[in-house]
Amino acid sequence: MNAIYVLWLRQMKRFLRSRSRIVGSLGQPILYLVALGFGFGPVFQRAGQGNYLQFIAPGVVGMTVLFSGIFSGIELIWDRQFGFLKEVLVAPVPRFAIMVGRTLGGATVSMIQGALVVAICLVMGFRPASLATVPYALVFMALIAVAFTAMGTAIASVLSDFQGFQFVMGFVVMPMFFLSGSIYPLTFAPKALRVVAIFDPLSYGIDGMRTALTGVSQYGGAVDLAVLSGVTAALLALGSWLFSRIQL
Amino acid sequence: MIRVQNLVKKFGEFEAVRDISFEVGEGEIFAFLGPNGAGKTTTIKMLTTLLAPSAGSLELAGLDPTSHQHKVRQCFGIVFQDQSLDDELTAYENMDFHGILFQVPRKERAERVERLLRLFELWERRKDFVKTFSGGMRRRLEIARGLLHTPRIVFLDEPTLGLDPQTRNQLWTHLKKLNEQERITVFLTTHHMEEAERVAHRIGIIDHGRIVAQGTPAELKAQTNSDSLETAFLALTGTTIREEEASNLDRMRNMTKMWRRQR
Repeated sequence: MNAIYVLWLRQMKRFLRSRSRIVGSLGQPILYLVALGFGFGPVFQRAGQGNYLQFIAPGVVGMTVLFSGIFSGIELIWDRQFGFLKEVLVAPVPRFAIMVGRTLGGATVSMIQGALVVAICLVMGFRPASLATVPYALVFMALIAVAFTAMGTAIASVLSDFQGFQFVMGFVVMPMFFLSGSIYPLTFAPKALRVVAIFDPLSYGIDGMRTALTGVSQYGGAVDLAVLSGVTAALLALGSWLFSRIQL
Repeated sequence: MIRVQNLVKKFGEFEAVRDISFEVGEGEIFAFLGPNGAGKTTTIKMLTTLLAPSAGSLELAGLDPTSHQHKVRQCFGIVFQDQSLDDELTAYENMDFHGILFQVPRKERAERVERLLRLFELWERRKDFVKTFSGGMRRRLEIARGLLHTPRIVFLDEPTLGLDPQTRNQLWTHLKKLNEQERITVFLTTHHMEEAERVAHRIGIIDHGRIVAQGTPAELKAQTNSDSLETAFLALTGTTIREEEASNLDRMRNMTKMWRRQR
């Protein structure tokens, strides 16, 4: 338990001491909110879909948590490169506990970044449909954070260097974001795209947050919660298994 | 305390460690010497559970590191050849985190951290981030950290790399004292032959993955008709300079350095 706590604490200290990382992480979400939110807003409204900022805000929060989670997991490569991983791997601590500590640390960092983006969305005019359902949105945010930090750890456990990182971004992370219905409604998307979105775990996270914050839903909150919980458990198991096989 | 029998490690077709066997008794200081790329670090990695052997058997404090990893990890400390500190944490935090990971009780931990940081003259800098430390200071901190949980076996992989003579002297004096008073077993690698001669009870020399000689410093000198350990070492391993292929980690470090320079 102490080991899980200390690994979580390490992630927190590293994050909170890096002001440039905190500020830098907000650049992309702000760009999406401003450029897409205000750029496509009038078109969206004219198409009878309502306020685009209300639609895109949960998507941008989900994107922030996704990217932050994946990066936190992939930080494992840095630990391997700069040696700290060796220090942890020779400690008398089960590898599962190391994986859990790292994942909880990364997920907490992602949640903080997600919360900062929620604050920015509120400043820009986004309003949740009901304050009572905000905790449900936090549950989905937490599940996205844990799932994708675990996915990042799983990926980093099999990557021997940063050269594969570009591949992961181009063929895993970005498609997952763009095909999740974060920035456009899946309801009117072509059937092929809707089918692909069914297999994209982020779709359920975004839809769950959107359901909780705006009342608009694609799959239904219960389905979102069940699928995302299952995916999170599977990714944690996969990440733990791959992490336990690391040799230095 | 350490028993290695017919140990082999292969990376694909390349055989880094070829059928080596040796034993280190409790309370012994054993120096494992060899040219670059001879297989020293690979052997240490297998002994410390970081790498699985391809063949052969290992025993540490009566336990097999391949099947009792958790228990084995409780009985050794290690100072790695490469840096393994967290640059974004302070010296104290690096020590404290290590103490927690190695289950040192809180009160004892605070006392030991202070004693070791004072011993290695880092107490005044305990609140500073490691990224502000010189190479020598980092090394001293790594050594202090490796001793924090009072392990029964200490692995030191080139511990004096980058240290000035004063600090080297202090380190060996402290280790000798620990070894004599608490019978800690020390397994070390070094390129400084005079250090090995000064502190080691026995020496094993590895070259091209094979152990080419074992014995006390006097025995190795007598075996090769040499008047110094360095001459004996050269007689046993030859004078050709070894080229070590860059590992993935080396390549990554180089890429990072280039990237940082570009920024």
